[in-house]
Amino acid sequence: MFNTLRTLLLTALHAFHRRATVQYPEQQPYLPPRYRGRIVLSRDPDGEERCVACNLCAVACPVDCISLQKTETDGRWRPEYFRINFSRCIFCGFCEEACPTYAIQLTPDFEMGEYARPNLVYEKEDLLISGTGKYPDYSFYNVAGIPIPGKERGASERERPPIDLHSLLP
Amino acid sequence: MTTIRIDGRDCPTRSDINLLQACLEAGANLPYFCWHPELGSVGACRQCAIKQFSGPEDRKGRIVMACMTPVSENAIISIDDPEARDFRAGVIEWMMVNHPHDCPVCEEGSECHLQDMTVMTGHNTRRYRFTKRTHRNQDLGPFVKHEMNRCIACYRCVRFYRDYAGGDDLAAFASHDNVYFGRAEDGTLRNAFSGNLVEICPTGVFTDKPFSAVYTRKWDMRGAPSVCVHCAVGCNTIVNAREETLRRVLNRYNTDINRYVLCDRGRFGHGFINAPTRIRTPLRAIDGQQVPVPMADALTAFARMATQGRIVGIVSPRAALETCFSLHALVGPEHFSTGQTRQEQECTELAHTLLTRHPGALPTLHEMESADAVLVLGEDVCATAPRLGLSLRQSVRQASFHTADNAKVPRWMDAAVRTLGGECPSNLHILTPAPTDLDNVAAETFRAAPDDIARLGFAIAYAIDPFAPPVTDLTPDDAAHAARIAQALMAARKPLVVSGMQYGSPTLMQATASIAAALVRTIPAAGLSLVLPECNSMGLAMLGGLPLETVMEQARAGEISTLVVVENDLTRHLDLADVADLVAAVPNIVVIDHTMTPLCQHASLVLPIATFSESNGTLVNQEGRAQRFFQAVFPPAPIQAGWRWIQALARSLDPSMHPITGLIDWRDLDEALAALAMAFPDLAPAVMAAPEADYRINGEKLRSQTYRASGRTVIRSFVSVRDQPPPASPDTPFSSSMEGAYEPDMPGALVPYYQTPAWNSVQALNRFQSEIGGPMRGGPSGIRLLSPAENQNTEAQPYAYATDIPAPYIPQADTVLVLPDTRLFGSEELSMFSPPITARSSAPTLGLPASATGSGRMVLHLEDGPHDLPVEPVPGLPEGTVLCPTHMVARAFRFPRIARLEGLTDGGERP
Amino acid sequence: MTSSALLTIILTPLLLLALATLLTWVERRLLGLWQDRHGPNRVGPGGMFQAVADGIKILFKQDWIPPFADRDVFILAPAIGMMTALLSFAVIPITMGTGIAGDLNVGLLFILAMMGLGVYAVVLAGWSSNSKFALLGGMRAAAQMISYEVFMGLALLGVVMMAGSFSLHDIVTAQAGLWFIIPQCLGFGVFLLAGIAETHRLPFDLPEGENELGAGFHTEYSGMKFGMFFIAEYAGIVLVSSLVTTLYLGGWRGPLLPPAVWFLLKTGGMVAFFILLRASLPRPRYDQLMALGWKVLLPLSLLNVMATGTILMLRASL
Ligand code: SF4
Ligand code: SF4
Ligand code: SF4
Ligand code: SF4
Ligand code: FES
Repeated sequence: MFNTLRTLLLTALHAFHRRATVQYPEQQPYLPPRYRGRIVLSRDPDGEERCVACNLCAVACPVDCISLQKTETDGRWRPEYFRINFSRCIFCGFCEEACPTYAIQLTPDFEMGEYARPNLVYEKEDLLISGTGKYPDYSFYNVAGIPIPGKERGASERERPPIDLHSLLP
Repeated sequence: MTTIRIDGRDCPTRSDINLLQACLEAGANLPYFCWHPELGSVGACRQCAIKQFSGPEDRKGRIVMACMTPVSENAIISIDDPEARDFRAGVIEWMMVNHPHDCPVCEEGSECHLQDMTVMTGHNTRRYRFTKRTHRNQDLGPFVKHEMNRCIACYRCVRFYRDYAGGDDLAAFASHDNVYFGRAEDGTLRNAFSGNLVEICPTGVFTDKPFSAVYTRKWDMRGAPSVCVHCAVGCNTIVNAREETLRRVLNRYNTDINRYVLCDRGRFGHGFINAPTRIRTPLRAIDGQQVPVPMADALTAFARMATQGRIVGIVSPRAALETCFSLHALVGPEHFSTGQTRQEQECTELAHTLLTRHPGALPTLHEMESADAVLVLGEDVCATAPRLGLSLRQSVRQASFHTADNAKVPRWMDAAVRTLGGECPSNLHILTPAPTDLDNVAAETFRAAPDDIARLGFAIAYAIDPFAPPVTDLTPDDAAHAARIAQALMAARKPLVVSGMQYGSPTLMQATASIAAALVRTIPAAGLSLVLPECNSMGLAMLGGLPLETVMEQARAGEISTLVVVENDLTRHLDLADVADLVAAVPNIVVIDHTMTPLCQHASLVLPIATFSESNGTLVNQEGRAQRFFQAVFPPAPIQAGWRWIQALARSLDPSMHPITGLIDWRDLDEALAALAMAFPDLAPAVMAAPEADYRINGEKLRSQTYRASGRTVIRSFVSVRDQPPPASPDTPFSSSMEGAYEPDMPGALVPYYQTPAWNSVQALNRFQSEIGGPMRGGPSGIRLLSPAENQNTEAQPYAYATDIPAPYIPQADTVLVLPDTRLFGSEELSMFSPPITARSSAPTLGLPASATGSGRMVLHLEDGPHDLPVEPVPGLPEGTVLCPTHMVARAFRFPRIARLEGLTDGGERP
Repeated sequence: MTSSALLTIILTPLLLLALATLLTWVERRLLGLWQDRHGPNRVGPGGMFQAVADGIKILFKQDWIPPFADRDVFILAPAIGMMTALLSFAVIPITMGTGIAGDLNVGLLFILAMMGLGVYAVVLAGWSSNSKFALLGGMRAAAQMISYEVFMGLALLGVVMMAGSFSLHDIVTAQAGLWFIIPQCLGFGVFLLAGIAETHRLPFDLPEGENELGAGFHTEYSGMKFGMFFIAEYAGIVLVSSLVTTLYLGGWRGPLLPPAVWFLLKTGGMVAFFILLRASLPRPRYDQLMALGWKVLLPLSLLNVMATGTILMLRASL
């Protein structure tokens, strides 16, 4: 009983608190870098696409709104197409969590309104940005075992040069 | 039946297996790597460690390798024992020490046994802080991709490739943790079964190269049970598709046929489906131009043609039974041709007759593996029926199994049995004109012309059963040889005789059937197997029809006004001159096919038909097993199943001309099959090759995607952002999406992919079998149409032996006998449209007896003109014969034939 | 019938409707205020016309009747809800002598009767929707409203006994000295709770219980039919508030300001209180709700009647 009355009082007192919301769009709110807004595909520090078309984001997506197709150039895997249907996306960020390469990232931009739904289907060209996004230093191919142009076999982090099979040494 | 106790739970099990198998059969999750149901155990990986207790009082137990420990009565074991658990976790941690950080870019990912096992053991954090060893990869040819860093040294690959498949160009190199699995140098893997490394290797070292180019994770693909269309063995496959394109073909376990292994032609031959030669829209010849037209247009055009006179239909042995039958129903039996030459048709029909008349067994491929004496007459099975060849290769091991049984070594103890097998003689006898891949495991090989082989065959039959006709004027050598082989066969418990129509020789097949029948006198289990050329050769032999020669006659007489050619490249059967005649004599040619054939450019109408991956149908393999294939792809509108096209043609006709066969009323595949069963009682059981389209599990259709399939709301959003209902077909019990039932005991004919909780790789198959390596839990896939049960070969009811024994072959001075050189990659029609197979096939050469090779090139004069070909010596090839690649030099199959060879210096005498 | 009466008949419902509509905006602004937000403040001065915008929107929504619903009853239900809510206002005295239908001598009973009829709206809506969530909502509503009507009536008995009349005018007049909230504090509490339950407002909105029942009895409603339920609810709030004002807070009585203003102020305060409840209190479990009714409110209201009676008798005998 007393609790209930106290609750009522406390709630009523909130009338005199500062507003937590702002008058968007005149006032822009502060959105932290990890805010879950429009999705982008980032690039490696060397400027190449980060996405290796592993499909993990697609399978993690609870609404199944990502689809892509793998292709390969010089041993580097990349998506031939990469499509997100933002009219389905719920901005849960699961895709970003699933991504092993930090390629897919959610950004603090949420102003994506469109009058026609088809405009919410983003292709790779629409998603790809030119920078590294939130993770400036990571490059998947530096840790993966497969060689790419500019990185010989056995030259990844924590790797020894390839074995010489003809060596008789133990 | 014995019982063992696994973690306090009593599990009935079998006594002749090992504990790993027993645990898996009991449904337990026990990780393993080096054991494989088909390869047995070697105990190399140490991953399957469990605790075994000596009795109920034993609290301590000891760690044993489950795969190396036989099941013993009342054995008490524990998988969950902490010590065993730690042991396994340790093993996998060591294995992962050098494993690259590759999963996202690894084709094995999502169906990786190593991933599964790592998760199963709970290893999730890397403690090892030092550097990883790396390896260079090799280019292993167009089929298999190599990524050695991912190897965990389980030795499965080399055991499969060398021990099981008989290859010699893959080996283990180097030592300790540097051990390397590859070839001595870069180069194409030469074995016909190299593609199986993809499934055998538990990691991503060997992956499917053509699939990598169109790669998709397993969870995203639609699967459908299918049947290989590249030879008459009828291996079961799974076709995987995404975005309505076929991505790959995988092995589908059929306990009787292919079991765990598929040949490379079957695995990589599907490329014709997405090849540029594919027909995708109806084409109509308008002013000599082939113009794409809408379906309605094409049908009106056909209706117009039909009013002009007689319609004759030609099918082919590569078309599904339903397609053949629907054309039969459209044109009527008297205008229905099988699309084979008289020779081909006689051979296939003879094969059917011989098999139905055979008094003994008609063994399945799996039964062939346990034949303890095998005789192959005049058939290079490794090229014409590769998977059958592999089964024969396994049969050679029977002796070592018997020795092992005597030595009380379990058969799955692979290394030990193979060591014992080193001393066991082979009992495989090969009589062929040219060398075969099985020669290296044969007890004895004999090279002769087909007629001479047939003579020897009759002699063997006579040596076994004196009621068989004798062969006169046999050389003493041959007589002795015949007696030797007869003895070897008669000493066996389960002899098998194999032949086929590779050399187009009916007498050869008759000789073979005679031997098999003669053996039945004393050994009722004696088996006969005859190899046919195409995936539905047997089905067509049972359907019957006119040979192409009759059609030619009718055409020349001007009796045919419309010719409907379904899935047949006539140039592979008729000489070019004949085809030209046909084109000239028949005003309207309608070609219904999926791939552009030379005839298409002369056709008035070309209709696009669905391939095996896009439609549903039935094929009858060479042992008379009807098997259903299901669609994984839903092709865009004008492309449809053959029988639906023919039905559309029938419906387009003037109602007065409608066939009375009910063709136009069939609503789905089941009705087509029911009509087939009515018309051809012999083929009636084919209805039961798989459950009907209204089959449901718990009221639900069967799903054809994994429950994790992704991209549902986006994959077609570039077409329309609205959600599309998944495509559906009235012909299958499958839903095309992830909705529906899926369980390990679903019917064997309806398993669209293998996956069970915790088992995402193909090894999930273990859960679908009632016992490992045994039948599927949901029952067999396909149904046998032939049963030789009522035949006998006894005094009272003797077998009617063939008596037309051919004369010996005498080499001629001015001509040669041209024999077909059937090639695994190159001779089969459809696979040659598949880029990897084309890359793997080699240019045609002329095989000459080693003694006769003169210059580097020679000219062979065939009916269609001279062919200048490089020459290759073939050791053992009989004098006076040459080997000419089938369908690669002259397109038509016309063997054997006599031809002139220019540059041949010396006709030679027969040695 | 005079033309002014006709005008009243036409104008009052319109006015009430406008009021209820405005209330949706007021509620959202107040909720915003108490939850550190702004609330709708864009359309018109202070966002006032938000309600109009919403009204227009809801008018243009597809008015969908599910094919499985019982069509006639489905349409009837929201109309009943709306009508009972509006009819009750007829007897509310705004000032001395001002009321829509004048002073009815059984005014209180009329209101109780109307409230009783209101249950039908909810029950029929739940029933006719032919969907499990709606039905569950309807059942809850029936049980809840029927139970609480009992305590409501009993609580009012105290007021009636003290005023000696069912006429709302008389009751207000009887509060000339002391507002009944003081002597009838128990009754006031019970009536307030019962009033919340009757209007199924938070925290007693279990018939709607959106997180377990979708939207309860009006799950299947859309467009203007849904709007009618909505407006009926707000009309109900105003009704209960004005009843509390009339019965316990002295009605139009108050110093300085004109009586009508007093009445409006008091009623407005009560409405604000209703909204404050929504802003702060969580919903109890259904069994708790029923237990509160039968185990606490019923004895309390009986006690109230007994005490009032005793005191009145004592006073009379003195
Ligand atoms: S944020 Fe969530 S819903 Fe959106 S694409 Fe990523 S996983 Fe899918
Ligand atoms: S998870 Fe990352 S790397 Fe993989 S497909 Fe998605 S965006 Fe590309
Ligand atoms: S082999 Fe398996 S575990 Fe290794 S990288 Fe490939 S998917 Fe990952
Ligand atoms: S390559 Fe594959 S099969 Fe061969 S040893 Fe390595 S992991 Fe095993
Ligand atoms: S599976 Fe038993 S040791 Fe490898």
